Amino acid sequence: MAERLLDVEGLSVQFATEDGLVRAVDGVSFELERGQVLGIVGESGSGKSVTAMTIMGLTRGVNARFEGSVHYQGKDLLQISDTEMQDYRGNEIGMIFQDPMTSLNPVYRVGEQIVEAIQAHEDVDKRSARRRSVELLRQVGIPNPETRVDDFPHQFSGGMRQRAMIAMALSCNPAILIADEPTTALDVTIQAQIVELIGRLKDDFNSAVIMITHDLGVVADIADEILVMYAGRVVERASTRDLFYDPQMPYTWGLLGSIPRLDRPRPERLYSIEGAPPSLINMPKGCKFRPRCPHAFDKCMEEPRLEQRVEAAGHLDRCWLDVEYKRAHRDAMISGESTEAA
Amino acid sequence: MSTNGAGAPLIELRHIKKYFPINKGVLQREVARVHAVDDVSLAVREGETVGLVGESGCGKSTLGRTIVRLLEPTDGQILFRGQQIEELGPRRLRPLRREMQMVFQDPYASLNPRKRVGSIIGDPLKIHSIGDKSQRKATVEQLLEAVGLSPEHYNRFPHEFSGGQRQRIGIARALALRPKLIIADEPVSALDVSIQSQMLNLLEDLQNEFQLTYVFIAHDLGVVRHVSDRIAVMYLGKIVELSPAEELYERPIMPYTEALLSAVPIPDPDLARKRERIVLEGDVPSPINPPSGCRFHPRCRYATQVCKEIEPPLTDYGNGHLAACHHPLNVDAATLAAATVSRQTPRSAGEEAKPRDTSGSSDPVRGDAGSS
Repeated sequence: MAERLLDVEGLSVQFATEDGLVRAVDGVSFELERGQVLGIVGESGSGKSVTAMTIMGLTRGVNARFEGSVHYQGKDLLQISDTEMQDYRGNEIGMIFQDPMTSLNPVYRVGEQIVEAIQAHEDVDKRSARRRSVELLRQVGIPNPETRVDDFPHQFSGGMRQRAMIAMALSCNPAILIADEPTTALDVTIQAQIVELIGRLKDDFNSAVIMITHDLGVVADIADEILVMYAGRVVERASTRDLFYDPQMPYTWGLLGSIPRLDRPRPERLYSIEGAPPSLINMPKGCKFRPRCPHAFDKCMEEPRLEQRVEAAGHLDRCWLDVEYKRAHRDAMISGESTEAA
Repeated sequence: MSTNGAGAPLIELRHIKKYFPINKGVLQREVARVHAVDDVSLAVREGETVGLVGESGCGKSTLGRTIVRLLEPTDGQILFRGQQIEELGPRRLRPLRREMQMVFQDPYASLNPRKRVGSIIGDPLKIHSIGDKSQRKATVEQLLEAVGLSPEHYNRFPHEFSGGQRQRIGIARALALRPKLIIADEPVSALDVSIQSQMLNLLEDLQNEFQLTYVFIAHDLGVVRHVSDRIAVMYLGKIVELSPAEELYERPIMPYTEALLSAVPIPDPDLARKRERIVLEGDVPSPINPPSGCRFHPRCRYATQVCKEIEPPLTDYGNGHLAACHHPLNVDAATLAAATVSRQTPRSAGEEAKPRDTSGSSDPVRGDAGSS
């Protein structure tokens, strides 16, 4: 077995707000091994970004409450002090944010920003930090890095800025790279380049990757395992193949059916999950997906636990429906031909 | 999806060019020009949906804005129902504005945060003096319902809505004047996939309900295929391929289309791992100084000497499938021999440079791309 890097157990994050307690993340558990790519998929507000930011120690604040543990190589990142956390953030765990347009500082040169990141963690002089920056920019595929290192962010295109962000996240050789919607703001062609780059760099740097996205298509050919999140919970967890070929949660079916697919005949209508995700302050009783689920029945008033209900080991879900019933009825939602429940 | 083929053109573009000057120095002398749209001809028939695809900077948004005359074309003609409109003054253009509306990409930036939903959607009616106050309110409430919101939202502000709901408000505003033509500029790119599918279904329903003609601008070929009857692929200001929607996916002719198709993620792990991705190196070249000959040649894997020297004409391969390439894909010898240079070809293209050889067949969606 490969080296275990991260062990998240029963992680819950709550924020006290004027309107009430926001249960952003509720009982999330997963493990990450060196060399592994974990995909976290869900809609806006499903808690996927809060999970990632909590691992990075970015949700610490007076109004935040945590439960559970986040063990990185044996150390619980939730228990250490803010100063200690700084040694992990960037050094051991790097993060790429969604919007490359706003996550670089527009008044500093790209190179200066990478140099700053390197010098914040390592005791090196400016010269060698700069040399490292050029090398990093080359590794992420920026042409003429020797001159481009002195450009300002506005002189870079969207794809190049995202590459620069990746270079910065990799500057201290982190063991874990968290990519939060790294391709959402980009063109499909650039998207393909960035996904390929992340996969390649993972091998070059011998690290692990957590890839967060709302689009299952993006993680299909890069992730080893996928967590589907809904209303702060993991509702399905499986190896990538099991998730795509034997999905157990109606929510996962809905996500799959929402994608206009090139590899299948065009359906008359796409499946669309009716309604909106529940408010995290006032959650529905029982299964959180029940109000939007076309297959909901009486038992769904009681919340199902995340457990294994199919043959494949490690394939967990939160759905009361009978496995055989699901296998017989899910295609209508996945292929989007009809929106009615059978 | 609506009637394919029949119908007179609602809007027709003839050799449209849009250049933006770059001025420098104290005298603001023009030193260069951005060739954003460079000789595009396209006809959109009534009731049809034409998809406009390409990467950032290919000129698709500029073209969309030029159609509704938010931008003035540098050269060329725009015909709306046969009437030339590119030179009309603001007053004569005004009645036409009712017929053409836009839906914008960013639902956060395209709604005035200080106005209530009622006036965002109702102001177009006020500007064109349609109905009295209470009639306008009734119309706005109907529109809110048509786009899947509730009439109670009338007095709310944009910040009270999610991204998907805001996009619905933007669509309702575009529909207020009962236009014939809607230019939708990346209407779903900023949304989650689940919301995206709601929006695509909504646009389809509205098309049937209000008999709309769409020009649908997007960079994602998966989304475009779902809504379009015909698709125009743009690269650096030019249309490089124009085809009935399904045919574009079954047999792309232009290598750029092949590359775009192979970049679309496929939610099927085995297929995704099996198929060969044609990753286009680098970004789109600068439209200030576009490459000579075929503008795609520096990134094309089939490029030869002729591609650097002569601009390929837009060639008609039958069934309304046009492409501009010296080495077309998925074309057999008979089709190649029967192909003729289209009337829509840019004037700068080498008329005589009809392609002579093919680059073999390719299926960039299901794998085995480019066996030559």
